[in-house]
Amino acid sequence: MSAASPEPAVVVDGLVMRYGEKTAVDGLSLTVDRASVTAVLGPNGAGKTTTLETCEGYRRPQQGVVRVLGLDPVRDRKQLLPRIGVMLQGGGAWSGVRAMEMLRHVARLHAHPLDVDLLAERVGLGDCGRTPYRRLSGGQQQRLGLALALVGRPEIVFVDEPTAGMDPAARRTTWELLEELRGDGVTVVLTTHYMDEAERLADRIHIIDHGRLIASGTPLELTRGGAVATIRLVVTRPFPPRAPESLRRALGEQTVVTQLDEVSLLVTGPADASTLAKVSRWCEESDVLPESLTLGQRTLEDVFLKLTGRELSA
Amino acid sequence: MTTPPTGSAAGGTGTFAPRPGAAPLHRQVLAQAGMEARLLLRNGEQLLLAVVIPVIVLVGGVQAGDRVGLDFDHPVVDVLTPGVLALAVLSTAFTSLAIATGFERRYGVIKRLGSSPLPRSGLLLGKGLALLLVELLQTVVLSAVGLALGWDPAAGVLGALLAVVLGTAAFAALGLFLAGWLRAEATLAAANLVYLLLMAGGAVVLPASAYGWFGDLVGWLPSGALGGAMRTALIDGATAWRDLAVLLGWAVAGTALTARTFTWE
Repeated sequence: MSAASPEPAVVVDGLVMRYGEKTAVDGLSLTVDRASVTAVLGPNGAGKTTTLETCEGYRRPQQGVVRVLGLDPVRDRKQLLPRIGVMLQGGGAWSGVRAMEMLRHVARLHAHPLDVDLLAERVGLGDCGRTPYRRLSGGQQQRLGLALALVGRPEIVFVDEPTAGMDPAARRTTWELLEELRGDGVTVVLTTHYMDEAERLADRIHIIDHGRLIASGTPLELTRGGAVATIRLVVTRPFPPRAPESLRRALGEQTVVTQLDEVSLLVTGPADASTLAKVSRWCEESDVLPESLTLGQRTLEDVFLKLTGRELSA
Repeated sequence: MTTPPTGSAAGGTGTFAPRPGAAPLHRQVLAQAGMEARLLLRNGEQLLLAVVIPVIVLVGGVQAGDRVGLDFDHPVVDVLTPGVLALAVLSTAFTSLAIATGFERRYGVIKRLGSSPLPRSGLLLGKGLALLLVELLQTVVLSAVGLALGWDPAAGVLGALLAVVLGTAAFAALGLFLAGWLRAEATLAAANLVYLLLMAGGAVVLPASAYGWFGDLVGWLPSGALGGAMRTALIDGATAWRDLAVLLGWAVAGTALTARTFTWE
């Protein structure tokens, strides 16, 4: 068990990755603290997986610098590999290999592996140990992938969309496991496009979009302003021109109105009993018919919408 | 250090406390070889290729040779058994390896292992060892069938061993080239097709002399060189240096080709 160290577990500085014409990562910089859970949050195609694969040494940075545990993932691959655990987004096993056989095999490549039976039980592979990989469900394959990442007792694990395809119970088990890892001093870096996952698990969230870092902070910092109410207004047909400005005048200067798309607006401002009534009245005057009016606290989803102008899961 | 261990933080039980490290390389290689050999033998089609077809060729060839009076200078079983052993090497080192590697790339197995402590050299060593292991089992089965049919081998142990090792190297390099070049399904089709073509016309099972003028050409193929080297070793008890040189040439060429083109995903 290593003592807490001031040096970050991961440093990404000015990373640029292009595939042909497409720029997947565009000058990304971020750090990951040791023994923390860090979520890299962003929609599909935001550059999350590319960034992770650069940290794992699969890809050489085209520009910028990547350091993991102080090492260059490409040049110092041999020293680094035993110290990291990687959960790929999918696949990674022979189609005919049995689940436990695969786990035992990867365990044998390490010097001090975890007890595979204990690990299998913890990730919930108990019933399917003798099942060939190709016959595992998507969720079971994910659990095996997580076990494969952990079996070598790594200092840092990179998990790419760890709960995609899992049922709610398995998701909760996985979250608890990742929290336990942090408690044991393991650094966890996960990518996700689930808000609740990031909000529940992460000590720090990096939101990326189009290969750029657009916000960083603790879940609380990102959603700060608990007294701030948000109202999401969805109407049946497109808003008239300049609707946000007109609504803002109706509600007062402290209010922020963001148009999300043709038929929805996000209102952020001081919580006030009359606000909802004012929005209703404005709808009537502007001749728009509300389909839904949702009142709530600012969530990560709203933060993301505000920052990127689009839905995370879209 | 005065800082308390982070494992004492909330939620930690010590179960997952980091203790990283790679197993010694020889243990990793043995684990990989054992795994790959098991998977090769578990697969029904591969077993057909590795054992069933060579046994059918051997038994059928000896029966037919006795009936139609195939005209060799030696008993039919003495000519065919070394050829069938060469066929077994071809099936495992080329066809089985190419197909298995093609699907490993497709399924991300090689990528997955790429983030484990197993280095690429270890992966290749493991694969090579697995091939030799499967070939050993094939040799035991096929030799037993040959002996039951009255095979009387000459003691060209060195020549046969060199032929198997160099033949494995040559065909494995070519198999990896194929797997790195084509998609998995195309590799499957091509590797089987090449196997059938070489079995019929590649002077593996039958001596190159059985092919008339074409035999001179076939002797330069890895299949003809491997078959020739095996027959020289196990019929005459000698070492066929020219055939071994041809195999070495193919191994070097195949390795160079594979090193230039192979990608792990």
